[in-house]
Amino acid sequence: MGEFAIETEGLVKTFGGNRAVDGIDLRVPTGTVYGVLGPNGAGKTTAVKVLATLLRPDGGRARVFGHDVVAEADAVRGRVSLTGQYASVDEDLTGTENLVLLARLLGHGRPAARERSAQLLEAFGLADASDRQVKNYSGGMRRRIDIAASILNTPDLLFLDEPTTGLDPRSRNQVWDIVRAVVAQGTTVLLTTQYLDEADQLASRIAVIDHGRVIAEGTKGELKASVGSGSVHVRLRDAEQRPAAERVLAAALDAAVQPDPDPVALTVTVDGHGTDLGAAEQAARALAALTRAGITVDNFALGQPSLDAVFLALTDRTPADRPPADRATAGRDPTDRKEPTA
Amino acid sequence: MSTGVTSGSDLRSDAEFVAPRADELAALLVGRARPPRPGALSASLTFGWRAMLKIKHVPEQLFDVTAFPIMMVLMYTYLFGGALAGSASAYIQFLLPGILVMSVVMITMYTGVSVNTDIEKGVFDRFRTLPIWRPAPMVGYLLGDVVRYLIASAVMLTVGVAIGYRPGGGIAGVLLGVALLLVFSFSFSWIWTMFGLLLRSEKSVMGVSMMVIFPLTFLSNVFVDPRTMPGWLQAFVNNSPVTHLATAVRELMAGGWPAADIAWSLGWSAAFVAVFGAVTMRLYNRK
Repeated sequence: MGEFAIETEGLVKTFGGNRAVDGIDLRVPTGTVYGVLGPNGAGKTTAVKVLATLLRPDGGRARVFGHDVVAEADAVRGRVSLTGQYASVDEDLTGTENLVLLARLLGHGRPAARERSAQLLEAFGLADASDRQVKNYSGGMRRRIDIAASILNTPDLLFLDEPTTGLDPRSRNQVWDIVRAVVAQGTTVLLTTQYLDEADQLASRIAVIDHGRVIAEGTKGELKASVGSGSVHVRLRDAEQRPAAERVLAAALDAAVQPDPDPVALTVTVDGHGTDLGAAEQAARALAALTRAGITVDNFALGQPSLDAVFLALTDRTPADRPPADRATAGRDPTDRKEPTA
Repeated sequence: MSTGVTSGSDLRSDAEFVAPRADELAALLVGRARPPRPGALSASLTFGWRAMLKIKHVPEQLFDVTAFPIMMVLMYTYLFGGALAGSASAYIQFLLPGILVMSVVMITMYTGVSVNTDIEKGVFDRFRTLPIWRPAPMVGYLLGDVVRYLIASAVMLTVGVAIGYRPGGGIAGVLLGVALLLVFSFSFSWIWTMFGLLLRSEKSVMGVSMMVIFPLTFLSNVFVDPRTMPGWLQAFVNNSPVTHLATAVRELMAGGWPAADIAWSLGWSAAFVAVFGAVTMRLYNRK
């Protein structure tokens, strides 16, 4: 109790024959951003809906702040807020009307609800748009009013389900800033995302899920370390030297060069297998070998492996490589489709 | 999302927006103490207010409670009046309360469509995660719809009086009749909230609604006296809730006190809420 915001044991949710969530064990410490990373259709949204009391699990248990999500759903609802994949506000109503409506439902009196709404609209840069219908908002504005609606009463746990999907980079950064500020005030955030850099930017611990199962879990550092001790990043001056550079790097580091659309950029993961040299020493040897081969290197860096590399190593594909069947559902998790209620 | 419709001012306010700094947000998030939860009535009325706001923003949706009822009154009065009662003005004394009942009961089916389209939207997930009385969003819909039924009733009575309807019960009788009709319609609408949650698309909700509403409203005593019907049909018509309601409203507006039919109408209403309200809430919770 108290230690974990979320604890699940063997959580299962099925839709017909499809096991959308297939035995998930999670422990989310309070006061942190916990990232749930996975491709479309991995079961992220389904898992969030179960935890937010929107769906009943078919197996296993889930507790939020010690309260069972089925038996004590009402106690859970009192402490969480949900910002869904699609704007969880009424598009026909104005910004002010949406926030006042929700504030009233949360128990604020009419004057308090108006005051709180005005405050949040102002802080989230929506004061000028407060009297316009939300359907006329831009993508970034919708996300902001959505998050504002979620913190009308400061929740102890905030679910953010793919909060930046479809946003331009600037709006994405704005959402990230808001999330950081909310967490700084002690709210626990469960963030689902298919973007590795988003998990990298915000989350302290990450669970990678695929086909309804957790395939890796740990801090960012642990996950990255699990695929190798570091990545060597090289920028060449001359793209024509790339084939030669690939051969030299592959030989020196005993690993394949990752494909990259940039013809002068090369990345190799240093995994430390078959050698007792540290990653930095291996990298130094690789640089020396490049120089000896007469290859001009503009930039050379040793970094931690990216989460992309982690994901690739765990699933043999990047989140972007989706099977066509997934694309056909336009980026929806299975729960977004209507299921027979029988 | 739909960045294609972004207007110039959106771009400007997007660009200028800087997320609140941690200390500013700290001020915003003050008071983790939450206000007490709203009661069942307060939460339901707040959802009813949402329905009113929707009417304000999409006034076209009032078409079905204004133009449609006027059409019903005029069409059936002049279509059947001469044949059934000798003249339109004689027929409307009998027809108006019945056609009022029929039209309002027909209008209730739009509830199912609006529940069905709403449930597809993200806002419903938010409502369902709020710590409030569970039926409040559904009761809110129906309260909003009661206002629509009231508008339809007012429109039809106005048209009726304009073309010769003279209620013997006066204003009191008319108000009592409308009140009974609203109670029945509110209760009957739980069938539609059930279908709205049960069926997969707006079209299937419409289709099923038509299948229910047409026999139920036409197989009644709204247009003619059931004594002219074959026996098996009389058995159905005389026991239909719409017949009981139409009789009760007709006699209340004529100045009578049809105790049995009022009791039947209220009894049916209670049964609808008990059965379909329960099924609706079960579907709502399991969605």
